[in-house]
Amino acid sequence: MKAAVDVRQISKSFKGLQALKEATLEVRPSEIFGLVGPDGAGKTTLFRILVSLLLPDGGSATILGHDTQKDYKMIRRITGYMPGRFSLYHDLTVSENLSFFASIFGTTVRENYHLIRDIYGPLEPFAHRQAGKLSGGMKQKLALSCALIHNPSLLVLDEPTTGVDAVSRKEFWEMLAVRRAEGITILVSTPYMDEAALCDRVALIQNGRIMGIDHPDGLVKAFPWPLYAVASEMMYPLPGHLKEFHLTRSAYRFGDRIHLALREDDPESVESFLRSKGHTKISLSSCKPGIEDCFMELMVNGQH
Amino acid sequence: MHRILFIIQKEFIQIFRDRTMLPIIFLVPLIQMIILVYAATLEMKSIDMVIVDQDHSPLSRELRGKFEGSPFFRLRGVAESMALAERELHSDRADIILNIPADFEEAMVRNESSGVQLLISAINATAAGLTQAYSRRIIMAFIQEHMPQGSETVALPHISVESSFWYNPELDYKIYMLPGILVILVTIIGAFLTALNIVREKEKGTIEQINVTPVRKYQFITGKLVPFWIIAMLELAFGLSLGRLLFQIPVEGSLWVLFGFTAVYLLVALGIGLLISTMAGTQQQVMFIIFFFMLTFILMSGIFTPVESMPDWAHAVNIINPFAYFMRVIRMLLLKGSGFWEISKEFFSLLVYGSIMLGLAVWRYQKTT
Repeated sequence: MKAAVDVRQISKSFKGLQALKEATLEVRPSEIFGLVGPDGAGKTTLFRILVSLLLPDGGSATILGHDTQKDYKMIRRITGYMPGRFSLYHDLTVSENLSFFASIFGTTVRENYHLIRDIYGPLEPFAHRQAGKLSGGMKQKLALSCALIHNPSLLVLDEPTTGVDAVSRKEFWEMLAVRRAEGITILVSTPYMDEAALCDRVALIQNGRIMGIDHPDGLVKAFPWPLYAVASEMMYPLPGHLKEFHLTRSAYRFGDRIHLALREDDPESVESFLRSKGHTKISLSSCKPGIEDCFMELMVNGQH
Repeated sequence: MHRILFIIQKEFIQIFRDRTMLPIIFLVPLIQMIILVYAATLEMKSIDMVIVDQDHSPLSRELRGKFEGSPFFRLRGVAESMALAERELHSDRADIILNIPADFEEAMVRNESSGVQLLISAINATAAGLTQAYSRRIIMAFIQEHMPQGSETVALPHISVESSFWYNPELDYKIYMLPGILVILVTIIGAFLTALNIVREKEKGTIEQINVTPVRKYQFITGKLVPFWIIAMLELAFGLSLGRLLFQIPVEGSLWVLFGFTAVYLLVALGIGLLISTMAGTQQQVMFIIFFFMLTFILMSGIFTPVESMPDWAHAVNIINPFAYFMRVIRMLLLKGSGFWEISKEFFSLLVYGSIMLGLAVWRYQKTT
């Protein structure tokens, strides 16, 4: 199957700071592809290169076979981009924003209304409100409507759910699932690990490097170490003590527990080690790795 | 083509939705005209004067009377000594001292040479120059009157100079200033608002969203320029009507030529605004850059002081000073009634200048970085 987005060894640096290091990935048609990584990992830079706002220093990328540098005019027609920051006109109303973006793409709201009915519908009572005065969730719906109004084949969404409440986030991902069912390819970035599980495939990115690409399940299944959730009476020194233990691969705080990856599956020796360090009420239970654990593992791997 | 119309429509919606916009467009010209035209006047009235009369003669009293009778002078008092009078000058209660020496009348009657002394505070050089001119005129008239009959001067051939001022017969300062103020207004609307508008799109990030659409560079820029071009033209019409109504400013030349020239002039003003906006990242930077250029260009344009009296390097700088062109042309058109041929050199210079500026701006504006 031909790739919807094909990124080949893209590098980009800003004033000596390398934002992307030979990033390579492939997005298949009609999938939700997630780019997961912390702030400053290079997600936005990669997206801006893909939507032809930024030129890479090296490497190349194609969208549906069109080169992002040579065929930038085509790229701008077939992609819908939603920047991380709300970038519609604050002083135009909801409906003015929508018709403006429809008209500069040479279409009309009426012609493509079917594409956005479920997203734009809830906004219609506020059609004459200025966009700057909308709530975060409504702004996000409007931005998505404006990115979809010209019927793009690819949606590029840069951290669409940052700063949006939990209910709106859930709704938003449901809307993305509908778009995928309609055949649109979606490339989405997020700093939230729990959202990674909602993607068809994810790429983990850190310091401008793509560290792993797989199905969320595949990533989780590939987690190579036995994993335990640990708690004790003294939570504060616990991670430090666990890192001193000779079988420890990694130990990270995860909610109210510490996730401990072991090089050898020997929980009894962990408990006796902790007791020797003065811990009491030790609870040690085996747990299933999540995306975040995979991410941590890849980071540890990158350091070695 | 349609895309340009949609952008223009969007700009007009935004411009008129901004509540500060209408006052800027209509109140600013009104206030500036009234303030500048009345306050920036060169006519001097009520110059404070102190007289030191050491002669106490009928003749010295007559000279005093001449000054008191003049509308330009206001007699603050008669001082007994120069020291006292100088104190008045020093404490800024007086602008000028007239010192009449003790043997003034005697010398006049004997037809010997005599003199009066004028001490003028020259803190403001222009005011001092005018004060001196006014005083001299009064004193000369006084001397003429009291020239003894049959004295040598009468025998000299008498040349009387009659001068008349063309294009502004009463040397009305308002008529001189008002066209200049129109130039400033039109330029501010053109350059300032355009630059601020585009940089605001950068600051808010909305330009990103525009840059990923198929809108072409020239379409975006045309869509940005046309609204401010129209507003600036209306501003000129509005300012001109105000000037006609409030100050009876003459319109000797053709309005067609004036508006045609302004249309070309605005290409330069808008082009400069646009170019600045492609280089600046924030509205604050735009403000400072434009403020710098405006102040320099306005001072050099000849609005207050004649360009002819400026040094050669200033003439050279004025080649790139759009204000200088328009300042000269608007006065020629309004006051002198020049036709298109008299201003064609400026017209074509600005046409070239405007094309260069707009070309540079389109070239500098990058959708991709």
